Amino acid sequence: MSDTHTTEPVLKIEGLSIAYEPGRYAVKDVSATVRRNSITAIMGPSGCGKSTLLRAMNRMHELYPNIETRGDILLDGKSIFPMSVIELRRKVGMVFQRPNPFPNMTIYENVVAGYSLNDIRLKKNQRDEIVENALRNVTLWDEVKEFLFRKGTFLSGGQQQRLCVARAIAFNPEVLLLDEPTSALDPIATSKIEDLLGELKKKYTIVLVTHNMSQAARISDDSMFMYLGELVEAGRTETLFTTPKDARTEAYLTGKFG
Amino acid sequence: MDNLLIDNIRRRNRTNTRLKYIIIAGAVITVVPIFLIVGNLALKGYRQINLAFFTEPAPDTFQAMMAASSGEVIPGGIANGLTGSLLMVIIASLVSIPLGLMTGVYLYENGTKRYASFIRSLTEILQGVPSIILGIIAYLWVVRNITRGYSALAGSTALTIMMLPLIIRSTEETMKMIPVTIREAAFALGTPYYKMIIKVLIPVSFSGLATGVLLALSRILGETAPLMLTALGSPSVSLDVTRPVSAVPLLIWDFYNDPNMVNLVWSASLFLMVFVLSMNLLSRSIASKHKYI
Repeated sequence: MSDTHTTEPVLKIEGLSIAYEPGRYAVKDVSATVRRNSITAIMGPSGCGKSTLLRAMNRMHELYPNIETRGDILLDGKSIFPMSVIELRRKVGMVFQRPNPFPNMTIYENVVAGYSLNDIRLKKNQRDEIVENALRNVTLWDEVKEFLFRKGTFLSGGQQQRLCVARAIAFNPEVLLLDEPTSALDPIATSKIEDLLGELKKKYTIVLVTHNMSQAARISDDSMFMYLGELVEAGRTETLFTTPKDARTEAYLTGKFG
Repeated sequence: MDNLLIDNIRRRNRTNTRLKYIIIAGAVITVVPIFLIVGNLALKGYRQINLAFFTEPAPDTFQAMMAASSGEVIPGGIANGLTGSLLMVIIASLVSIPLGLMTGVYLYENGTKRYASFIRSLTEILQGVPSIILGIIAYLWVVRNITRGYSALAGSTALTIMMLPLIIRSTEETMKMIPVTIREAAFALGTPYYKMIIKVLIPVSFSGLATGVLLALSRILGETAPLMLTALGSPSVSLDVTRPVSAVPLLIWDFYNDPNMVNLVWSASLFLMVFVLSMNLLSRSIASKHKYI
């Protein structure tokens, strides 16, 4: 591990607190950094605030009223909150827990949905190129090139999830947020997604929420352990898994709770 | 012990079989009237159904009497009712479909806010208002104050008010079935709110929306009471919205009141029934073809 913090972190979270109801914080005063071209896994037991933290990074919380956010998140040194949400979400893509391709769109349309939904007009050959590249990047191209114009929901769950990753990276974001992307998938589909993430980190910075410790150990470079809304411990995955500093991290990793 | 058990099982099997036949009988009893209705209408009405039935307005009593006495088919048809019905239904649709969709989307998007629940309760109340009362209201508003006389516009007004709650309810109910993750997927791509509604919510729920609209249409196509107080009826084909027009159900009522035209009651009823039935079938086929949720 020689590639230490020579470059500025992509994401810098500073004193972030999020409350769904006034005074009841789901995320409490979290400060952390995410390194460029790495996979950062956020883990912790259910209800620890890991998804809440992740969803703050592309300001998904703004879809729902009454969610209070304090603190700051910097993307490339600039706060994400004054940014236009459209610009932010182009730079920070997201993949959800359950595959959610747009059911009214074909596979092809799903991949370029980011463009069509934002009224960005592309020439047909540009679109074709984006679709092929994105689908190749998620290793789906060979499986679906024959039926690009069938509905995305016609694919299997694992294929749908890779389609959703393709949809997110078709926009060429800097950061890719994944909220338990394999929890609804079978082991084979899961391992395909995991391999895929290993490839994708060459181009993108990946933040992954998972409640699956072995998944975090397998694929992540950095890990964060959250408990009851607090960031208990963060650091290199290797270090955190072998020599946890906090007793709670150790208890979680050894299966005492969670 | 063994015998007891076997007896017990036998008894339960008998009860099972009995209940099964009772359920089948119940289903048959419900279905039979539908076939009887269609069959009766078809038998009594088919003779009048020809090209003229759709292209000519209703005959006058004298023509009908002459035909009846010589045993011929009654001349004329329901063209005035057909055009009047279509005219009013189209106007009512033009107003109520966009308004209903927008209100439905609003209620879905703001479901828990106080103002939205208020609107929702009003919609429910509106749906329960007897149609004759809507006729009286349209009479008061439009016939008395706007067109200064019975008119297609007044009829459309009553029909619009009838359609609105149906469309609003079905829109909201359909949209509720869209998983929240689909919305989030759109937002996560930076989609602006209005684009999300136009390009995601509405297409995804298209089958439900279309079904709601078609069912609302088939509901109001058969409405008679409010039209008596608003459109009144007209012996000739008219497309002037400020003048009285006829409608198919109004014609059925007219035919019923004229002993010479009784035969036409069956034909017009048969037509209306088949029309409404095909609307229902159409909505079904749309629903299955574009079903995403």
